[in-house]
Amino acid sequence: MTPPLVSPLTPPVRDPVPETTAPPPKIDVRSLSFFYGATRALQEITLKIHPNVVTAFIGPSGCGKSTFLRTLNRMNDIIPGTRVEGEALIDGEDIYLPGVDVVQLRRRVGMVFQKSNPFPKSIFENVAYGLRINGMARSRSELAGRVEESLKQAALWTEVEDRLQTSALALSGGQQQRLCIARALAIKPDVLLMDEPASALDPIATQRIEELVYSLKSSYTIVIVTHNMQQAARVSDRTAFFWLGRLVEYDRTDRIFTAPAEKLTEDYVTGRFG
Amino acid sequence: MTRDARRRFVSSLFVTACGLAVVLALVPLALVLFFVVSQGVQALNIGFFTRMPRPVGEAGGGMLNALVGTLMLTGLAATMAIPIGVISGVYMSEYKGTRLATATRFAADTLNGVPSIVIGIFAYAVAVLPFRQFSAMAGGLALGVMMIPIIARTTEELLLLVPGALREGALALGATRARAVFSVILPAALPGIITGVVLALARIAGETAPLLFTAFNNRFFSTDLRQPIASMTVQIFTYAISPYEDWHRQAWAGALVLVSFVLVCSLVARVVTARVQRLRG
Repeated sequence: MTPPLVSPLTPPVRDPVPETTAPPPKIDVRSLSFFYGATRALQEITLKIHPNVVTAFIGPSGCGKSTFLRTLNRMNDIIPGTRVEGEALIDGEDIYLPGVDVVQLRRRVGMVFQKSNPFPKSIFENVAYGLRINGMARSRSELAGRVEESLKQAALWTEVEDRLQTSALALSGGQQQRLCIARALAIKPDVLLMDEPASALDPIATQRIEELVYSLKSSYTIVIVTHNMQQAARVSDRTAFFWLGRLVEYDRTDRIFTAPAEKLTEDYVTGRFG
Repeated sequence: MTRDARRRFVSSLFVTACGLAVVLALVPLALVLFFVVSQGVQALNIGFFTRMPRPVGEAGGGMLNALVGTLMLTGLAATMAIPIGVISGVYMSEYKGTRLATATRFAADTLNGVPSIVIGIFAYAVAVLPFRQFSAMAGGLALGVMMIPIIARTTEELLLLVPGALREGALALGATRARAVFSVILPAALPGIITGVVLALARIAGETAPLLFTAFNNRFFSTDLRQPIASMTVQIFTYAISPYEDWHRQAWAGALVLVSFVLVCSLVARVVTARVQRLRG
């Protein structure tokens, strides 16, 4: 009798942070609910997001994944008639306590939107905007340096270095999205929230964004909403599955896609609904 | 007639009726332009722009004082109306739905429909009677009051057209609300607002009624804001109702200059708008 073969194809463990020695979570959400008027769009979400890890939120349209992402930098505040219950701690401090400076919060928690939204200004001014309004560059050369650094981080520099003063609106869709990422990176946030950043892009531009996410992981805590499951599987270390405003399952990405604990998750990731 | 043939007939009937209506609407405009240009060109020369009016009986002369006066009056009006109009427009778009914003919008629309002579009376009561003196200031005030609602409503409507994504982008970078409005949203709408301002300028430059008892008129060259001042429109009015041939010619020339000014303003507005649309791709 030979011992049973161990498959050489055991799924690779991609989570670089073992649970036991994990540092304190970057984001710690405790039974957070969100209301649009009387409608409860998020039902008591509880999850911890770890630093220097890419976390993906997946789920069918309208499941609350984008709404949840937007609670993390209080972007929903600008929608009238909305309300939050529960706690959302970033670095141990509840961002919904009265007296929290939303402007400060959004400087630390950057955001990239589904549809690229460059300002109708030059490429340079787009990236410089956050630095200027937050008074983060003391001199012109420092400003130019930070702009260059951010564009390099977003893998856009070589494409635009000779036309920084031209309109950002002349860039292609994929370039515009990388510009928006550079703009968000310029003010050096700790957390980067990405709301379906590649959903409007072609496959090549999408690949560049994904490579970018991977390269940024070492310096940022990244949360990415996507309705593309392959994308979640490719770029993320952890995946949270949302359904009808609930967090159904949250685990290492490889487990969510190969051996989910919940039947609903399995049905979704295998394409039985969604 | 088959059903199809009847449909085609009715359709062509309506197309013809529409064409006729357009022609009817354009005939008066074409006639006005034709007379202004044909009569005006004869009287127009360099002297019209560089010389002062001559007394009755002397041929020639120009409208230098009235030209300068109109420029000063519209300048005064713009100085007053642009900041007030733009800022109220920002308020109406930023706080749309609040009671004050709704009231402001209603007031602007009402003011827009008020006959200009009434605005003249208002300026007369506020800026002429207390000083017992017609003045350029009072004329500028009257024209400014006319401009404010136009600029405010244009600004409001253009700001509402700016995509919400730009506001979110600015806020997500740590901009305060005011910062987002003045550094991103307003600049994005600026070319359109400039177009609105230019059209408002063209509109008030042609006003006569509000100036009759505010700026009054002045036969002499004056740039003193506390003194009565000449204007193209009032000068045209004075010349046109006079019994002298020379003055009639001057009035036609003045009319041509005014019409050209309005035309240039409209062209500038169109060019700016077209450029912006190209930029936005």
